Amino acid sequence: MKETRYWTWHMLAGIVILFLLGIHMITMHLDAILGWFNPAGGEAVDWGNVVARAKMAIYAVIYIALLAAALYHGFYGFRTILFELGLKHGAQSIINILFVVMGICLFVLGSWVAIKFHVIAQIA
Amino acid sequence: MAKKTQKETDIIFYIHRFNPDVDSKPYTQKYTIRVEPGMTVLDGLHLIKETQDATLSYRFSCRMGVCGSCGMLLNGRPSLACNTQILDITMKNLTVAPLPNFNIVKDLVPELTPLFEKHISIHPYVIQNKTDEMLDPTGEFYQSPEELTKYLQFSYCIKCGLCMAACPTLATDSEYLGPQPMLQSYRYSIDTRDDGFDKRKKVVGNTHGVFRCHYAGECSNVCPKGVDPARAIQLMKRELVLDYLKIKKHRSTSFIMGKPEGVKRRPEIPKAPPFTVEQK
Repeated sequence: MKETRYWTWHMLAGIVILFLLGIHMITMHLDAILGWFNPAGGEAVDWGNVVARAKMAIYAVIYIALLAAALYHGFYGFRTILFELGLKHGAQSIINILFVVMGICLFVLGSWVAIKFHVIAQIA
Repeated sequence: MAKKTQKETDIIFYIHRFNPDVDSKPYTQKYTIRVEPGMTVLDGLHLIKETQDATLSYRFSCRMGVCGSCGMLLNGRPSLACNTQILDITMKNLTVAPLPNFNIVKDLVPELTPLFEKHISIHPYVIQNKTDEMLDPTGEFYQSPEELTKYLQFSYCIKCGLCMAACPTLATDSEYLGPQPMLQSYRYSIDTRDDGFDKRKKVVGNTHGVFRCHYAGECSNVCPKGVDPARAIQLMKRELVLDYLKIKKHRSTSFIMGKPEGVKRRPEIPKAPPFTVEQK
């Protein structure tokens, strides 16, 4: 039954990724037309635009949400592939624990970077 | 071999042979038989057994695509031998092998025990919350034609195991429930007489349950009865997810229809014979 829970969140994470990656694609590739997310003008990766976006708290929230969704979606998918190799129950438990620990560590690290960048951008 | 008529064709059967008591691994044996239009693969196997090799083993029973005993791999496709005419699938060579994803008992006979164990594990019967009614029915449950249509096609399953043999997920994960049991779990869970969804969701919602399906669809492709297990699996996923999100529509169980009143037994219909076992 727990697999129903995991799989439902896997699907929901996929939808979140689709939405947030859409924002990312618009920011990086369509903003020359729209002009919403790059207030300094020019390329999306220009320093002025990067700092301007980093100053917006919503961007930190988006990065953290995308990170969480991508980590969960990716690790669950990878776990599924590994489980289909016919692993024994002991190995499956190890993979579960390993992926949860790795996921949490990467999430903490990524979130710290996003928040730190937002804080530094305020004084830049 | 006698002179062949215009309609007859010589077909070479390449049959996988394996006797676990003697052979260390399966091997292929070649037989040539004269085939006429209308002959099924099962007819061909009978002919080989009667005229060329009496040691050839295969399983069959009804010979009319109903019992599901003669499932085997014909030119790489899981099929019923009794339901497949030889000249429909080849004009020259025919490879006959046992169903994959099962152990071999002998030659073309697969060990279907895992299929039936998995089938039993999903509680493939109507489960009622009213245990008194289950043990001692007082009447029939009402079911509308629309309610029947929802699960009717899924109830045509003959448990031949062809879908299990065609499933690529089962090929890599032997613990995977497989299309047939998951189809049955959906068939009973949407039956309006049934209250067993909560019991079945623990089995089909586990690590080797419905969420491991790869959407290959081969199970539906090979089903000799036109049942669509792939669809049932996806619908079962939907039921499980809606149930987890607590947005699954509650349906009330069928009500019990009262016994007909004021109706007399027609004289030509005999009374039921007395019970042959002791009644509690």
